[in-house]
Formats: sequence, C-alpha cells, structure tokens
Amino acid sequence: MDFSMNGTERMDTKTNILEIRNLHAGVEGKQILKGVDLTLRAGEVHAIMGPNGSGKSTLSQILAGRDGYEVTEGQVLYLGKDLLEMDPEERAREGVFLAFQYPVEIPGVNTTYFLKAAANEVRKHAGQPELDAMEFLALVKEKMKILHLPEDFLKRSVNDGFSGGEKKRNEIFQMAVLEPRLAVLDETDSGLDIDALKVVAAGVNKLRRPENAQLVITHYQRLLNYIVPDFVHVLSEGRIARSGGKELALELEARGYEWVTGTELQPA
Amino acid sequence: MIEGLVRTEYKYGFVTDVEADAAPPGLNEGIIQFISAKKQEPDWLLEWRLKAYRHWTTMKEPHWPHLKYPAVDFQDMVYYSAPRRKTDGPKSLEEVDPKLLETYEKLGIPLRERERLAGVAVDAVFDSVSVATTFKDTLAAKGVIFCSFSEAVREHPDLVRKYLGMVVPYTDNFYAALNSAVFSDGSFCFIPKGVRCPMELSTYFRINAANTGQFERTLIVAEEGAHVSYLEGCTAPMRDENQLHAAVVELIALDQAEIKYSTVQNWYPGDAEGRGGIYNFVTKRGLCRGKQSKISWTQVETGSAITWKYPSVILQGEDSVGEFYSVALTNNRQQADTGTKMVHIGKNTRSTIISKGISAGKGQNSYRGLVKIQKSATNARNFSQCDSLLIGNKCGAHTFPYIEVKNTTASVEHEATTSKIGEDQIFYCNSRGISTQDAVNMIVNGFCKEVFKELPMEFAVEAQKLLGVSLEGSVG
Ligand SMILES: Nc1ncnc2c1ncn2[C@@H]1O[C@H](COP(=O)(O)OP(=O)(O)O)[C@@H](O)[C@H]1O
Ligand SMILES: [Mg+2]
Repeated sequence: MDFSMNGTERMDTKTNILEIRNLHAGVEGKQILKGVDLTLRAGEVHAIMGPNGSGKSTLSQILAGRDGYEVTEGQVLYLGKDLLEMDPEERAREGVFLAFQYPVEIPGVNTTYFLKAAANEVRKHAGQPELDAMEFLALVKEKMKILHLPEDFLKRSVNDGFSGGEKKRNEIFQMAVLEPRLAVLDETDSGLDIDALKVVAAGVNKLRRPENAQLVITHYQRLLNYIVPDFVHVLSEGRIARSGGKELALELEARGYEWVTGTELQPA
Repeated sequence: MIEGLVRTEYKYGFVTDVEADAAPPGLNEGIIQFISAKKQEPDWLLEWRLKAYRHWTTMKEPHWPHLKYPAVDFQDMVYYSAPRRKTDGPKSLEEVDPKLLETYEKLGIPLRERERLAGVAVDAVFDSVSVATTFKDTLAAKGVIFCSFSEAVREHPDLVRKYLGMVVPYTDNFYAALNSAVFSDGSFCFIPKGVRCPMELSTYFRINAANTGQFERTLIVAEEGAHVSYLEGCTAPMRDENQLHAAVVELIALDQAEIKYSTVQNWYPGDAEGRGGIYNFVTKRGLCRGKQSKISWTQVETGSAITWKYPSVILQGEDSVGEFYSVALTNNRQQADTGTKMVHIGKNTRSTIISKGISAGKGQNSYRGLVKIQKSATNARNFSQCDSLLIGNKCGAHTFPYIEVKNTTASVEHEATTSKIGEDQIFYCNSRGISTQDAVNMIVNGFCKEVFKELPMEFAVEAQKLLGVSLEGSVG
C-alpha cells in the first residue's frame, strides 16, 4: 500500500526509518492488530488517529518491545533491521523512543540519575564517551528550558507524584535529552491543558530533523494543530482504515470516527 | 608454655595431641577449659566462660523467629580450631573457585585483597601489615586501644573485666550464652575520655580478623565525650565450612560519647537451592550509659542463609539517642528475621528506626522491632519507618512491630509500606536503554538511599555494588 496518493509526493532517496508490513498481533489470545502497514521515512511526521480500543497503544508497545504481545504475522523493520528481534533496551540504544501514554512512576530513583543512565547507555552503544555529571547537567539544563520545567524537577523521583501534565512533559523532556531517530508519542496530548499542549508540541517540533521520524498517536485532532503531520492514518479495528494528508484529521474531527469505522479499506 | 597446655588438658579428662589445632567435636566443660588454656586466659575469664556454659545448658534454642531451618546439633560442632595456616588454604588464586573470583572482581576488590579473602596464603610482605602498623601508632598516640580480644585480655585485663558482659550478660539469650562460653576471638576497642578517634576503625585493618572464628566477640567502650566510628565485616562472600556464626557485640557509651557502628555483612548465603550457607545468630547491643550519649547502628545485610539479628540500644542516660538504619536483602532461599530494640529508660531519650527489607527469589524477610518506653522515660520519642520491597511473586515480607509504652508523655510513631518492583517499571527503564539488571539495581538503591547515606562513603559504594551482585539473576 502506498500512502502518497493524496498528492504529497515523497522523495525516494529518503531513508526508510520504520517499515511495518502486514503486522498481526494480539495479547492473551485476543487479536488486536490485523494487518497494519506503515512506512515512515526520514524527516517525516506521521499521525495515527483512531477510536479508543482500536489498538494504537498496542502498536506503540510492540514497537517498544513490551513483553506479552504476540506477533502472529508480518514484519517490522527499523533502519532496515528486524526490530522485533531486538530487546527493548537495544531498541532504545539504537534510537527508538516511546513517549508512554501512561508514564510509570519509579519512587526513589532520581530523575537526573535515571536520565543520565539512559543517555549514557545510548552513547556507549554508539561508541561515544559517557558524559560525567557536570557535562550531563549542562545538557539537561538546556533541554529543560525548552519544556519550561521547574528547577526542582531534576531532584524528584522519576514521575513520582507528578501531575498528569508533568508526566507528559517529562516524556518529551526525556525525548529531548535522548534525541531519538524514531520517536513514537502515544497520546502525549491527553491530560494536557492548552498551554501545556503548546509547550509540549513546541518541544516536539524542535526535535524535528531531516534525519528523524516521528509517529504521533492521538485520539483528538487538537494536537495536530500544533504538531503538523505530513501524513495522517486512521487505525480502526486493527488496520489502517484510511490514510491521507493533514486535512484528513480535520475531516475526521468534523465527521467523527464512525465515518471510517466499519468501512472497507479504501483510498480517499 | 606447651607443658602448661599439656597439663591443663590432662587435668580435664580428655586427651588431645598437643600438636592438634582443633578440639574434638562437641561441647562440655573440658572443651571450654581447652579453649581458655589455648588462649592462656586468666582464671576469672575461664570462670566466666564456665558460668556461661552452665547457664546455656539450662536454656532452649529460641523458636519464635519467623525462620525455618533444620535443628542445629550443638554436639556435632567443633568449637575451637586454630587459625588456618599457610598450608591449609589454596596456594594461589588459580586454586580458588572461579565463581568466587568473579564476584570479587565485580565488587572491585583489589587483587591482593581478593587473595586474602579467598584464604590464599599470603606472605608476610603484605600491604595491610604495614598499614596496620602505622595505624596502630597513630591510635596509640591518642590513647586509643584497638586490638584483638585475646590481646586485650592479656594487655588490658582490667578494662575487659570491667565491661565484658555489661550490656549482653551471658544469661541474655541462648546464642549469647553459647558465645560467652566458647568465643574464640574478636575485637576490643577503647576510646579514652575526650578523644575523637582520628580514623574509622575497621576490622579490615586488623589482620587477625580474617580468620576469627565463628564465635567472635566485640567490645567497644567510648568514655566521656569520646567519638568513634567502627566498620565491621568485609563486603565479599566468604566460603566457610562453618554453619553457625554466633557473635556478640557490646557497645558502651558514657556521657556525651558517640559510637557509630556500621556493618556490611555478606557471609555465604548458600546456593540457589538453599544448600549450605551461614546461620548468622548474632547479639548486638549498645548501652547509652551516659547523658547525651549516642549509639547508631547501620547495617547492610545481604549474606547468610539465615539471619537472626537485632542490634539494639538501651537508652539509659538522659537525652541519649539511639539509631538503627538497616537494609536486609534476602534472595533465593535466604531468610532473615532482623530488626532492633530501643529501650527508653532515661528522660528525653530519642530513637529512630529506618528499616528497608528487600525480598527476591524465594527469600523471606521479616522485620521485628521493639520500642519500649519505661516509666522513667519522660518525654521519650521514637520514630520508626519500615519499608519492604518485593521482587517477584515467590518471596515474602513480614513486619512485627512491638510497642510497649509505660509513660504517657512519650511519643511513638510507626510507619510501614510494602511495594513491589513492577514489570511496568522495568519495561519503562528498558525502553530508555537501561537493562533489566541495572533497572532493578537502580530501584533497589533508590529504596535504600536513606540507609546508605548513613554509611561512610566508600562503604556506601561497596554496599551498593554488593546489592547489585546479590540480586543478579533475580529478575527476568
Ligand atoms: N494487556 C492486555 N490484555 C488484554 N487486552 C488488552 C491488553 N492491552 C490491550 N488490550 C485490548 O486491546 C484493545 C486495544 O487496546 P489499545 O491498544 O490500548 O487501544 P488504544 O490505545 O487505541 O485505545 C482493547 O480492546 C484493549 O482492551
Ligand atoms: Mg492508547
């Protein structure tokens, strides 16, 4: 399947960052994804929209390597390599990042310490020297500004007692520090007020680079006013039911998910 | 001297080759005579040992701890065995179990030290010998006495006699009575009035400590205004054929004196199936005898198959302070029943208890603590915090707090939490490039932070590494 039918031309010279081919997957014997196809090339931002329960988080968790999901058919390639073969930590070190829909609290583990460990794992993997505490702090202070985070943020335990909005900002903050090649944002907008949403979106936009790709998962069109995608896909009943340009999001907003739910896969 | 020994042995009715370095198995008055004679002890000490032995024979092994283990046959054990000689141990590191060496390496223990820990015979030219000597001179200049218990009995009998058994009388409990009867050696430490000990005292520097037997005895006395920080234990696993380890530690702090006692215990825990390992039945108690004195216990317990240990403080002096900071980890089939007792006697006495129990594998971890406020302890205060962390589904954590308050002006606070390392936490770390093992270590270290900060710097680092090694393979 080709998503470029809506008139947005893509250059073939661009690297494929992520290729999902005919992905079937389930959990506890329940089939959730029933043949997902999706290709992200360098420099592109794709949005996946879909009703609750359509399998958006399942897809993001599978990309990050969460245990318990069973891939029954299909393939996922990351920079040409078999992503599903890699351990979750290996994926992260190779540049895959997932901003969790529900970030996890880790009491007792200091945010700076956690992030420094993460950043240094990535650096080690890339054959770069590890950052010492001072160097890391300098880097982090810079990134904190982008997300308007308070100073004491670094002293707190990872997500421990954070408000919903703080947790989401922390996800994007981590993304800013780790500078992934492929970022998957799972409903980063949910639970954010409009000001926080703008800050987070600005953060994400700053990280947009010609060599990176972003997959933005959202339930609402609202976020896409601030993170403008190159492509929009609708996930419904475990499949990409419709794909298009950024205007598809507006159309969805106007007509509701029923518009695509249950309809056969068809190009617009 | 040898003749003296022969005669003594003869007198008490059993024959032992003078050359022999070990007593025959079993325990009776003859064995105690033998031990005391081997150590050329004065009569009063032999008498004390015998009284302890006679009392012990009237006592029963305690069964109240939350522990399961086969009965110990006290008549099947050897109660005296002279320190290993050069020929006993492995000749070089090549002869040592590679697994053990791997652990030492992970702990970052220097090569020389690894040899010593593994019991490799090391020639006299060994760094710590010279270190120990300079060390002794510095201490002597300040009037600090720091030597083996046997040496103290010989060189400072009056001090030993005055304080021995003052905090833990031989009648105290089954294991303390046994220890009092048969103790082989240990450490003695005396800080005179007004002296702040110029360095941290550690068994590491006391050469004899390496081969101290299974029944060691430690006595630390800090006179008025004296300060001392004492570090006990080595952070490496010791393979030991001995099954039972029953030590006694007594601390005495006079007016305004301060004793800080830190332990990192990592005796052999047995294998994953629960075979082998040390039974660690230890009585540790401090007496804040003087006004405004302070005793602080910090322990990190990762070893032993079974741990039975309650470092306690008797707060007798007015305004005295007792503290207990503990991390106890049980993995595989290890069991620990540990905690503290804070006995408030004096006015305005204060105590703090911070206990962190970590259970992994099939480990069972119990906190048992007593806070006792006696009638005389007006305005006494206690704060206790007991947290348990579970790793996996097959382990257990238990808390048994006992509180007895006989003075209405007292304030006693107890907080307890139980948490579990969740798969979602591990995955979250993984998704940031952090391996499962590192994630567990990170979470565990975070959990123990409040205790680690009480340890002297290098000790804290070693303790962290040790937890990491002890938890290896506990997840995933
Ligand atoms: N671990 C799980 N166990 C059982 N069912 C699950 C699990 N995870 C997701 N599901 C089910 O799979 C479907 C898709 O869920 P999800 O991927 O979270 O959807 P979305 O993120 O689009 O809201 C839902 O019906 C959900 O209940
Ligand atoms: Mg979701």
